[in-house]
Amino acid sequence: MARSNSRWQSQAFKARLRRRNASERRFRILGISAVLLAGAALSLLLVSVISNGYRAAYRAEIELDVYFDADLLGIDRSAPGASLEIPASADFRAVLRAALVERFPDTEGRSAIRELTALLSRGAAAELADRLRAEPELLGQHARVWVPASDDVNSLLAIEERTSGTEFTTRLSDQQVARVETLAADGQLKSHFNGRFFSAGDSREPELAGIGGALVGSALTILVVLVVSFPLGVAAAVYLEEFAPDNISTRLLEININNLAAVPSIVFGLLGLAVFLGFFGMPRSAPVVGGLTLALMTFPVIIIASRAAIAAVPSWIRESARGLGASPVQVVAHQVLPLAMPGILTGTLLGLARAMGETAPLLMIGMVAFIVDVPTGFTDAASALPVQIFLWADSPERGFADKVSGAILVLLILLGLLNGAAFLLRQRFENRW
Amino acid sequence: MNHAFTHSGSASAAVGALTPEAEPPAKMSAKGVDVYYGDIHAVKNVSLDISKQDVTALIGPSGCGKSTFLRCFNRMNDDIAGCRVTGDITLDDNAITGSEMDVVELRARVGMVFQKPYPFPKSIEENVAYGPRIHGLARKGVELDEIVERSLRLAGLWDEVRDRLDSPANSLSGGQQQRLCIARALAVEPEVILMDEPCSALDPIATAKIEELIEELRGSYAIAIVTHNLQQAARVSQITAFLHLGELIEVGPTSKIFTNPANQKTDDYITGRYG
Repeated sequence: MARSNSRWQSQAFKARLRRRNASERRFRILGISAVLLAGAALSLLLVSVISNGYRAAYRAEIELDVYFDADLLGIDRSAPGASLEIPASADFRAVLRAALVERFPDTEGRSAIRELTALLSRGAAAELADRLRAEPELLGQHARVWVPASDDVNSLLAIEERTSGTEFTTRLSDQQVARVETLAADGQLKSHFNGRFFSAGDSREPELAGIGGALVGSALTILVVLVVSFPLGVAAAVYLEEFAPDNISTRLLEININNLAAVPSIVFGLLGLAVFLGFFGMPRSAPVVGGLTLALMTFPVIIIASRAAIAAVPSWIRESARGLGASPVQVVAHQVLPLAMPGILTGTLLGLARAMGETAPLLMIGMVAFIVDVPTGFTDAASALPVQIFLWADSPERGFADKVSGAILVLLILLGLLNGAAFLLRQRFENRW
Repeated sequence: MNHAFTHSGSASAAVGALTPEAEPPAKMSAKGVDVYYGDIHAVKNVSLDISKQDVTALIGPSGCGKSTFLRCFNRMNDDIAGCRVTGDITLDDNAITGSEMDVVELRARVGMVFQKPYPFPKSIEENVAYGPRIHGLARKGVELDEIVERSLRLAGLWDEVRDRLDSPANSLSGGQQQRLCIARALAVEPEVILMDEPCSALDPIATAKIEELIEELRGSYAIAIVTHNLQQAARVSQITAFLHLGELIEVGPTSKIFTNPANQKTDDYITGRYG
């Protein structure tokens, strides 16, 4: 007793204890700082994306008193009623020009008028046409209409908002800046929520560009990924986990699948290019090809997640079912798969999230194109959200910078929703046995 | 509990049944069965009959191969990789090994209750209905309901769960879960029930209920039970087989095995000298 007592009382032991406690503290501090660093990086990213991104859904609009002049538009008023024919030659720009000159009567000379009309977006005429199409009774009437301002006006407002009081550079002339300030002072220039951002396709003009086309393209692509890789992946996982004999060829197959999950995504793009476009001659830039290519990439992820989920189903469940006379397929279909499904779905959602954020493979199969129309089918030319971000980030116009942040924000929200769904599935179905 | 013991003691008919001339045909019969796990010879040349009227208990120290041997009767060992079974096993004089009998049919006729009282993570009703459903014994709801009720009544669980057939099976207590597993096996209407240490995970009261249930089922089903609990074997069985290191040391009427065993090893085991 005395001996053990002296052992625990000795200086050497106390020094060892101090060292152990110190290393414990060091480890804890290191861990906490790592977590803090990661958290700080994440919040920095979110703050920067959100602070710029919300702007993407807003745009400057100018209020004009527009006279829908039938003569100027070349529209025949003799047949009034619901079916108003607007000829393609209808010159809505002239209508807008007239409205602007009316607003600023002191404008004289062609160049001054050109500068004035440059305040409006090139899409303003098209939106005016849409308005008339929706409300034919406006023909021959005056109406107060909000039309989109040009990118330069947007930038001017954005810069003023950000660096109020300091010097700024703008591509607008002093005359134009004065006009903008007059409009703003009269409450005829305002930043309005821009629904087009979520519905429109790509455009050369930042104020007209939207992520609608990219969203639909991404959705179609992901749908193809889901439909192709989910059943195949689950079937492969069930076979490998429940039926495959344990021999060398099975093990080789397993190693290959695991390696496949680590192959850089651009390689899958090359594969898609060679196989789907080159060999099968499928249409370029189409969601079906993008989906198939990304499915190749998602496939091993789903197999690995599904195998883990299936292996986690306790063996007594299989044994009980077999003891009742269930055939191997019945054991899998009735007992194993329903229990493994939450894990399988979690893995699938994570795989889909990865596929949704992927750019490189889509570059290889031509989904990186300037596509104005919102795709309506699996074989239409389409882009995808990350590709759209890549394209906009490459554009020189000032307004696209906000669009990039906005699109990133939307992409992050969608990925967050997918990961959140995966998390909820895990929580909901955990510890069922 | 003593009641069960005296009952088995009074089973002199079982003793008589063992003499060759009066022996009724065994429900199941194993002759010269060997089981190998890879290189390990787990069961060595064991021959044993499971009679229709009696409960047959398999006893022996851990690792003696009694569970492995029991699992041969419905070919559960088929599913274990590297496990090989040789010898002849018959059900009503028909061979069950090889291709002569479909394993699905065999397992429908020879049901099994496992050591751990684990029902499927589904509702009570679905647990019982699962067997009949996969075998196509009942398609319509009413028919299935009848099977569920009859099986739960047989297992002595009906009165406890009749109001909550839809609640999850794992909301039941351990003993109730094991009786549910028995009901699940009974729902397929098997001819033989194999029980692999059915009470080893249960408390004494739940164990007593299972033992009463076994007593009630005796006669309607041929029953074989593996147990490491010697008192249990004495209480519930009429025939006892003692296995040691994969060999069948002795088999006979339970009363004889427990009071006057022929083999010294059996005597040592039941008197607690090893095991």
